[in-house]
Amino acid sequence: MSTEKTYTPELFEPIGQLEKRAEQLNRKQVGVWKDAWLRFRQNKGALIGVALLLVIGLLAIFGPLMNDHNWETQNLAIKNQSANIDGHYMGTDHFGRDLWQRVWYGAKISLEIAFLAVFLDVVIGVTIGGISGYFGGRIDMFIQRFIEVIYSIPNLIIIIMLLMWMEPGILAIAIAIALTGWVPMSRIVRAQILKLRSQEYVLAARTLGASHKRILLKHLIPNVMGPIIIAVTFSIPSAIFFEAFLSFIGLGIRPPEASLGLLISEGNQILQLFPHVLLWPALVLSVLMLAFNLVGDGLRDALDPRMKK
Amino acid sequence: MSKILEVRDLHVSFHTYSGEVKAVRGVSFDVEKGQTLAIVGESGCGKSVTSQAIMKLILTPPGEYKHGEVLYNGKDLVKMSEKEMEQVRGKEIAMIFQDPMTSLNPTMTVGKQIMEGIIKHQKLSKAEAKEKAIEMLKLVGIPSPESRFTQYPHQFSGGMRQRAMIAIALSCNPNVLIADEPTTALDVTIQAQIMDLMKDLQERLGTSIILITHDLGVVAETADRVAVMYAGKVVESGTINEIFAEPRHPYTWGLMNSMPKLNQDRSEELSPIPGAPPDLLAPPKGCAFAARCKYAMKICQEVDPELIEHSKDHRVACWLEHPMAEAYRREVVEGRQSV
Amino acid sequence: MARYILKRFSLMIVTLFIIITATFFLIHSLPGSPLQNAEKLTPELQAQILAQYGLDQPIHIQYFKYLGGLVQGDLGTSIANGQSVTGLLMNGFSASVFIGAQGLILGIVIGLILGVLAALKRNTWIDSFATGTSIIGVSVPSFVLAATLSYFIGVELGWLPANLWGTYEHTILPSIALSFPVVAQISRYVRTEMVEVLEQDYMRTAKAKGISRLAITVKHALRNALIPAVTVMGPLAAGIITGSLVVESIFAVPGMGKIFVDSITSKDYTMVMGSTIFYSVLIISALFIVDLLYGIIDPRIRISGAKE
Repeated sequence: MSTEKTYTPELFEPIGQLEKRAEQLNRKQVGVWKDAWLRFRQNKGALIGVALLLVIGLLAIFGPLMNDHNWETQNLAIKNQSANIDGHYMGTDHFGRDLWQRVWYGAKISLEIAFLAVFLDVVIGVTIGGISGYFGGRIDMFIQRFIEVIYSIPNLIIIIMLLMWMEPGILAIAIAIALTGWVPMSRIVRAQILKLRSQEYVLAARTLGASHKRILLKHLIPNVMGPIIIAVTFSIPSAIFFEAFLSFIGLGIRPPEASLGLLISEGNQILQLFPHVLLWPALVLSVLMLAFNLVGDGLRDALDPRMKK
Repeated sequence: MSKILEVRDLHVSFHTYSGEVKAVRGVSFDVEKGQTLAIVGESGCGKSVTSQAIMKLILTPPGEYKHGEVLYNGKDLVKMSEKEMEQVRGKEIAMIFQDPMTSLNPTMTVGKQIMEGIIKHQKLSKAEAKEKAIEMLKLVGIPSPESRFTQYPHQFSGGMRQRAMIAIALSCNPNVLIADEPTTALDVTIQAQIMDLMKDLQERLGTSIILITHDLGVVAETADRVAVMYAGKVVESGTINEIFAEPRHPYTWGLMNSMPKLNQDRSEELSPIPGAPPDLLAPPKGCAFAARCKYAMKICQEVDPELIEHSKDHRVACWLEHPMAEAYRREVVEGRQSV
Repeated sequence: MARYILKRFSLMIVTLFIIITATFFLIHSLPGSPLQNAEKLTPELQAQILAQYGLDQPIHIQYFKYLGGLVQGDLGTSIANGQSVTGLLMNGFSASVFIGAQGLILGIVIGLILGVLAALKRNTWIDSFATGTSIIGVSVPSFVLAATLSYFIGVELGWLPANLWGTYEHTILPSIALSFPVVAQISRYVRTEMVEVLEQDYMRTAKAKGISRLAITVKHALRNALIPAVTVMGPLAAGIITGSLVVESIFAVPGMGKIFVDSITSKDYTMVMGSTIFYSVLIISALFIVDLLYGIIDPRIRISGAKE
C-alpha cells in the first residue's frame, strides 16, 4: 500500500540527525518570580485587593488633609450628626468629633500596629525557625518542644494577659500580637529549610566549602522568601483583627485616641440610635481586611502554584 | 481469531493554559481475543493517555476526544453515555494502574474496594460479594486472605497492593484487561512475580490484555503483538516476532539498542536515543521523530509518513519504506548489521 | 494509639499548668491594690477585706491555696460582687454553649455543602459564590458582622430581637454572627481538600470499576476530603469561643463571654483570672478532642499510630 502522491527524488536525500534542533524545541523557561508576576497579574481579585489597599493607604495618609477638622476637638453642639454638613463627610460622633478625621486617623493607627506586629513576627519567627531548621538536632528538638507548649496556649489568653500587664499603647499591642504570631512563621521557615537542606545543591555548596552564613544567605533565604511573603500578607489582616478585637473589649487603644476597633466599640454603644458612628469604621476595617486577604490569596496562587486548586 | 477491541484513528487533546496539547494524534490498533498487545514507548508518548481513553477515564475538560472510535465488540465506546460506560468499566474492560501505592483508596479496607465492583456488576448480596472478594484475594496469591480482607492498603506491601489491584480488576471477569505499567513501581523480583501472575490468570480466564510498558524485556516475555508509540502516534506495529526479529522503524531500532541483551559483548555500550521527544503543543509538520533520527531525509521534515503495511500484520510509518527510498534503506540496514 | 493519647494528654496538662501559674503571678504582680475603689475605703476596712479574701497572705501560700481550690473546681471569689467565680461562669455557661454550638453546627453544615459543591462544580457560579463567601467571611470580623446584623435585621427590619436574652429568637442572630467565619473556613478548606482528592489516582481506580459518579463522590471522595477537615475543627471551636466574647457583648447575651469582657472593663481581677483559666481549659480540651477524633477517623493513624 503505497501513497498515491508522487514525490521528487531529492526529497529522499538523507540529511542525518538534527538532534540540536530537537533540543531547541523544548519550551522556553520562565523565571520563578516573573512567572509568579504573570500569574498574579491575571488574578482579578488580587488586583482589586491592591487597588483597595492603595486607596485606603492614601486616605489614611492624606484623608485628614481633606477637611478643616481634626480628630480630637469636641463640639457637643453637633454631636451624633449623620449628615455631611460643614465638611463632616462621615458625620460626627457622640462628642461631636469629626468622624472622617477619626476614621482615617484610626486606620493609620491600626495599620501602624499591624505593620509593627508583623515586622516583629517576621524577625522572631525567621530567626527562631531558621536556627531550628538549619542546625537541627538537639537545638531543633528543644525549640520545637518549646513551640509546642506555646502553640497550645490559646492566642487570646496570652494577648489578654500581656496587655493587662503592660502599659497599653501601640508598641504594647504590637508586641502582644507578635508574641503569639511568630510561631506559624517560624514553622514555615523551619519546614522550608529542612526541605531545602536535604537538597543536592546545598550539599554541593557545602562540599565546595561554603560557610554556614553564606549558605544561609545565598541559597536558603531566597527560596524561603516566597512562603514568608505569603505568610506576611495573611498575618497583617490577622494583626488588624486582633488590634480591633482588643480595642473593642477595652484592652487596646484607650480613648480619646482612635483605632478602627475603638471607633467600632464606641459606635456599638449607640448603635440603635446612630448607626453611622459604627458603620463607617466597620466598613473601612472590613474593606481593609478583605483587601489584604485578596492580595494574600493572589500571592499564594502566584508563588505556590501547587496550592492553587 | 476475532478482534475484541479495535481502536481507529483516535485523537485526544488536553486543553492547558498554554494551549492544546495533542497527546494522542491518530492511534489505531486491534486486540485479539485472549491475546496480549503491548504498547511500548518512552514516557510522554501518549501510551497512558491512549489506555485511559479506551475506558473513557480522561476527564473532559481538560481532555477532549477530537476524533476516532474505540470499538468494543463492534460498539463505539467514544459515543457511549456515562451511564452506559458504567456497565463497560470493570465488567467488560478493567484496568490496573502504575502506582499501587496511590491507586488504592487509603481509607477503605482492601476487601471493600474489591467488593464494590462485584456488587455493582454481578448483583450479589454483601455476604456473597465478600466470599467472592476473598476468593479473588486467594486467586492473586495473597496469603491469609480472610484477615487481609479487613486491612487497609497501608498495611500491604507494594507487591501485595498490586496483587490487590489485579484482584479488583479481575473480580468481574472482564474480557479485556488494561495494565498501565503494572510493574514499574515495584522491585525487580516482585515485577517478575506480578507478570507471571498476570500471564497465569490470562491463560485460566482467557482475558485479552493491553500491556502498557516501556520495558522491552517484559514485552518479549508476555506479548503476542506489539505497537510502538512515539509522540502520540503508532510508528510500528506487528507480532512479537516481527518486531524483535525484524524491526523496521528507526525509533524501534533505537529502543532495541538502548536495551541490554544477554549475549551482548561487555565492551559494547548501550546507546540511548539522543534528544527529547517533540513538544506536543506544537507537533512538527513532518515525522515527529525526524529531528532525532540518524537516517532522516528531507521529506521526513516536510510530510508525516503514513502507516504502511509491510506484511499482513507488520505496519511501519517511515519514509524509508517508500519505494523511492529503497536504495537508501538497503544501505542503512547493511550499515546497521555491520556494526 | 494509646501512647499517642497519653503524650497529647500530658502535654495538655503541662500547658494548663503553665497557663494557670503564669496567669496567677501575672495578675498578682499587677500594680495597685486588688480592691476596687480602694482610695474610698479606710485602711482598716481595706485590711479587713483583704483578709476576708485571703489576699493578705504571702503569695506562694495564696498560689497553693488557689491550686487546691482549682482541683475542686473552685475558681475563687469575685472581688466586684463577692460571688463565686465558678458559680457566675456556670450561670453564663448554658447561654454561651447554646449559641456557640448552634453557630458551630450551622457553620459546619453550610460550609460543608458550599465547599463540596464548589469542588464538584469547579469554575462555575457556585464555585465563585463559595469563594466570595469564604473570603468575605474570613475578612469581616465577627463583631462587625454582629453589629451589622443587630442593626439591620434587629432594628431596621425588626425581624428578630436585636439583643437581650430569653426566647429562642434571641439566640438566632448571635449564632448566625458566630457561624459566618466557620462557614468561610470550612467551605474553603473542604473545597481545597475535595479538589485534591478528586485528582487522586484512587478516584480513577474507583471510576474504572464502573461505580456511579454519585457513589464515587460519596464513598471515596467525601470521606477522604473530610478526614483532614476534622483538623480545623479545633481552631474553629477556639475561634467560636473568641468570637463569643464580643458577639455576646453586642447582643447583650448573658453568657461567659460577656461576663469575661465586663470583668476586664471593671478590673475584677479574680474574675479575669478565673475566666482565663476556664477558657484555656475549654479551648485546649477542644483541640485535644479534635486530635483524638482525627486519630480515630483516619485508619492510617488509628492502626499504625503515626501521622505520615
